[in-house]
Amino acid sequence: MCGTCGCGTGGNGPTILKPGEHSHSHHNHNDHHHHSDSHSHNHNHSHSYKQRVIEVEQDVLQNNQVLAARNRGYFEAKNIFTVNLVSSPGSGKTSILEKTLTDLKNDIPFYVIEGDQQTLNDANRIDALNIPVVQINTGKGCHLESDMVYDAVKKLEIKNDSILMIENVGNLVCPSMFDLGENKRVVIISTTEGEDKPTKYPDMFHTADICIINKIDLLPYVNIDMEKLKNYALQVNPNLQFFEVSATKGDGMDKWYKWLKSNI
Amino acid sequence: MHELSIAMGIVKIAEDETSKANANEVIKIELVVGVLSGVEIDSLEFVWSSAVKDSVLEKAELKIIKILGKGKCADCDTEFEMENIYDVCPNCSSNFKGILQGKELKVKALEVI
Repeated sequence: MCGTCGCGTGGNGPTILKPGEHSHSHHNHNDHHHHSDSHSHNHNHSHSYKQRVIEVEQDVLQNNQVLAARNRGYFEAKNIFTVNLVSSPGSGKTSILEKTLTDLKNDIPFYVIEGDQQTLNDANRIDALNIPVVQINTGKGCHLESDMVYDAVKKLEIKNDSILMIENVGNLVCPSMFDLGENKRVVIISTTEGEDKPTKYPDMFHTADICIINKIDLLPYVNIDMEKLKNYALQVNPNLQFFEVSATKGDGMDKWYKWLKSNI
Repeated sequence: MHELSIAMGIVKIAEDETSKANANEVIKIELVVGVLSGVEIDSLEFVWSSAVKDSVLEKAELKIIKILGKGKCADCDTEFEMENIYDVCPNCSSNFKGILQGKELKVKALEVI
């Protein structure tokens, strides 16, 4: 995190790397400048303006939304179907991704952006499947933002008529507010989590289009009422569409694949 | 804690507007935050002092105008107050609703010198 303003840029802020890449090119954050540098001014002059009010009326997330719209336009023009995968850590985002890529990579060209605070571990897992991948390390940041995705997309050199999977930082709170320019947001919950999670973390379920319930192979061993879980999720977002899968065993993945294929 | 990112976005807006107006610093900032916006006002206040350090907002008084949530049932048209995004219609218990207000998150005004 930047020592000057704490915004997670600079020193050990976001880095965007391909597997095997070692350059430490830092993410160029549009928002960032060191205030002490740019605002030194001489106080000896007399001000011609008095105290006054500026009616700003500007949305705080506007910058992120403008860049997300730019991403979306790029995806649309190239017919790239973009999915933003969100969940708490350990729900199986990477496992679902690995299974999907393994089973569909001969039918559909895939590209992947991995988001984590640290390490290239996830990108290396995807790279092992011979899928083009870029890792964004957010440093102290708890979510991806649209400008990071913009920079990562430039590195990926995505071909037309393909699918881009963005695996967000494992976090069920913060990524919900940040549009990346994706076509669909997919929230993943696993059967080992509580069935009331959608109402505990409503913003994420409210902004998602699809809900994948993972680890259904563990149903005989865990205490979860699937109907209750779905009802909680539907209470937050009545338009949610569900897929029940086991990424490790492959159960239910065919319906998810059918949905993916229907979108390109 | 995405409130820090949010606070940094507010600092950026304030820096831009202050510079456009040829002013030197902000003495008061008014924010509008809806209860359904996804931002916790307590968390925003918690990160505020470190976010505004060395910026034009460093000495600014922070005023947060809280907007209550309001929804309209898509099934029976009842308008109702919402505290949470998952609140159901009090009249017919439907989950389907439009959110009329409460998602706001913006910088309303800056008082500068």
